Amino acid sequence: MKKLFLAALLLPLFAQAADNFIFCTEGSPSSFNPQIVTDGTSMNASSQAIFNRIVEFKSGTTEVIPSLAESWTISKDRKTYTFKLRKGVKFHSNAAFTPTRDFNANDVVYTFKTQLDPKHPLSIPAASYDYFKAMELDALIADIKKTDDYTVVFELKRPESPFLANLGMDFASVLSEEYAQSLIKSGKGLKTLETAPIGTGPFVFKSYQKDSTIKYTANSTYWKGKPKIENLIFVIVADSTVRTQKMKSGECHIMSEVQPQDIEALSKNPAVKIQNAAGLNVSYIAFNTEKKPFDNLKVREAISLALNKKSYLDVIYKAQGLAAKNPIPPTMWSYNNKTVEQVYDVEKAKTLLKEAGFPNGFETELWTMPVARPYLPNGKKLGELVQADLAKIGVKVKLVTFDWPTYLEKSKKGDHAMIQFGWTGDNGDPDNFMNVLLGCTAVKAGSNYARWCHKEFDNLLQQAKEESAVAKRTALYMKAQEIFAKEKPWYPVAHSKQNKVMSAKVQGYKISPLGNENFEAVSLSK
Amino acid sequence: MAILKGLLKVIGYFLFISLMSFSIIRLIPGDPALHIIGERGASEERVAEIRKNLGLDQPLPIQFLKFSANALVGNFGESTVSKQSVLSEFKVLWPATVELAFVALLWSSLVGLGLGMLAAVKRNSFWDYGAVSLSTLGFAMPIFWWGLIVIFFFAVKLGIFPVSGRIDVMFDVPYKTGFYFLDTLLSGQWDAFVSACKFVVLPAFVLGTVPLALIVRVSRASIIDVAEEDYVRTARSKGLPYKQILFKHIFKNALPQILTSIGLAMGQLLTGAILTETLFSWPGMGRWIIKSIEARDYPVVQAGVFYSMLIVIIVNWITDESVKMVSPKMRDQQRGG
Repeated sequence: MKKLFLAALLLPLFAQAADNFIFCTEGSPSSFNPQIVTDGTSMNASSQAIFNRIVEFKSGTTEVIPSLAESWTISKDRKTYTFKLRKGVKFHSNAAFTPTRDFNANDVVYTFKTQLDPKHPLSIPAASYDYFKAMELDALIADIKKTDDYTVVFELKRPESPFLANLGMDFASVLSEEYAQSLIKSGKGLKTLETAPIGTGPFVFKSYQKDSTIKYTANSTYWKGKPKIENLIFVIVADSTVRTQKMKSGECHIMSEVQPQDIEALSKNPAVKIQNAAGLNVSYIAFNTEKKPFDNLKVREAISLALNKKSYLDVIYKAQGLAAKNPIPPTMWSYNNKTVEQVYDVEKAKTLLKEAGFPNGFETELWTMPVARPYLPNGKKLGELVQADLAKIGVKVKLVTFDWPTYLEKSKKGDHAMIQFGWTGDNGDPDNFMNVLLGCTAVKAGSNYARWCHKEFDNLLQQAKEESAVAKRTALYMKAQEIFAKEKPWYPVAHSKQNKVMSAKVQGYKISPLGNENFEAVSLSK
Repeated sequence: MAILKGLLKVIGYFLFISLMSFSIIRLIPGDPALHIIGERGASEERVAEIRKNLGLDQPLPIQFLKFSANALVGNFGESTVSKQSVLSEFKVLWPATVELAFVALLWSSLVGLGLGMLAAVKRNSFWDYGAVSLSTLGFAMPIFWWGLIVIFFFAVKLGIFPVSGRIDVMFDVPYKTGFYFLDTLLSGQWDAFVSACKFVVLPAFVLGTVPLALIVRVSRASIIDVAEEDYVRTARSKGLPYKQILFKHIFKNALPQILTSIGLAMGQLLTGAILTETLFSWPGMGRWIIKSIEARDYPVVQAGVFYSMLIVIIVNWITDESVKMVSPKMRDQQRGG
């Protein structure tokens, strides 16, 4: 017996069943209800795997295409959207619930009404539906009506162009009204939605072990056809070095968030392949324009001239970054190619600083990001490089950092002088970058870290938001970028590429510019 | 009188523990609402609304009273991140920590005791220096680096153990006790049991190197101490066989100190091994609490601190009691007094 046991212990592992597909993710989801989660990890585990939205982003792009809605029409005043829904779409079932009907208009109305109206009987009492509100849909949607079983009408309070793209976002995932009602009836309560999700998506939720694994099985009645992966398994591996080791030992088929320094070694491994794509992101250093001396444009110009962007790209991003000059990435429509590139000119910087009244420079602080993000893998290193560059023009920089919640709290209040931040887009619309990060309302909301409220710039953004023709919107955003380049509320640093490391056997995987992980079209070659 | 005194002591402990668990997390800046909002930012009203939903709008004394009253009946509230009851998450993660701690402590105690004895008996020899420096080296190595070397060698190069995790993903272990060693056998999955054993080897090996150094040193020192006592010398001069002296006279009297050191290590390991758990993706308490501190998940951190203090008190008490049982000296004192 003992010998048998020892022999079993020493046998090589991984007699991995061929139909298991393993995604090594970086963290545990906070919930499986896509309406209430706010982080990418949770969204990939819920929305992308289990659910559908009425519209979706075409795989690998930010183009909005039909999903649970087959088609839609928009009224002349652009305040009424009418969606025709797909027929024959089935919800999943689990041990406690078997749907008696197909997906229909009631589910869509339920999905949005609960987020819009906290008093709705199926609204989750303590949930604050943060993402829905962050996209300001509570202030935009006047009403949602069902006109027949497969037609839904959205009434808006004002025209807004990014609206359709917002409906493709994860928080807009369609839940089953029948399931919610059955949970109330059986006394299990709506909380069950967070641990036992029911959707229409490619994979059916099977089990979750906190900090360990999430298991799904293929949805055999999926309306796009059954996925090729039979068992989808998310393995939660917090440390990225360990994820890399697991990739090498063949314990993962795809891993999330690889570190730039590991890419070269992994690319030499024949069992592994690496895909990359432009990311929809930006990293920047914001000047607190409410504070002296950064209220002075000459000071902002001088500092921008003194920073050597090329060295930042070489040291921090290796070959994985692209120099930024605008607040939006070049893959986004309305990107302005003509705005002037930031030059590196220490002498001119010194002259400008003198003109601004600081012939001997000044002392200031730079806050460095305490967490690694795809858009900025190493905030501390960037801080050190900036510190060295600015010392050359006599500006003494003290590097400051806090842990992440404190960093957010203090910067939201505007305690900082210069600060590093970044952003990854939600829906592919320029409004989602410029208005969220540089609009006047964002100063109050705290996400405008330059605390820069420029009337002309803001007017252009508001016009663009209400305008429908893409050509006109493009012109407005182009102009806004010119103002940005002249006024320099930020020093834009880089747009980073997204890298995906996967087993050479993985077929059909496309990198989403929005950072989603979707495996409905993925398969493994033998 | 003695009962009253004991009761007062327990109440005192409880108040102290709950006050500490309540205040420690609140002393650092930042709160759960801001973590929920993230880079995006939100208006003052939204922040106030989220705070209200979390019950953070109430004055601190009220919050504290609520917390300690609930803690008294074993209710630690809901995590602000997952919205699940803290206890239900604890129930799943705690057995993982205990399982890992148990295996790590088992091998480090056995090996530590053996090496300590060897070092003491062959004092100042090659064996002595070897045992002591080897265990100290293990202790001094940073877990992260040491663990990565172990992973690289045994999992990536040799492929005999998995890199990380608690059991192979192909197994579904139904929750009965939460301990995989038991649950796999209870559900009759022999293969799953073997897999659980394979997965625990590397993390337990790495984690065990920390208490190992302490156990080797303490057992070596206390055996040497006892060996110099008069009664040992008497026994030797009587011509008793050395083996008998070692186990009957020396070891028995050295045991209390050794047990104390194992108890200390146990208290430490049972509160969760943050680095080892992170490195080996071991779904235990340490990582849970660290994550919760980052997210300012007050209810989880409170419960975590509460539990950690409680477990240290309990383990110390058990250690004291067992030392009393094995030590002739303390046992007699107890009887006499």
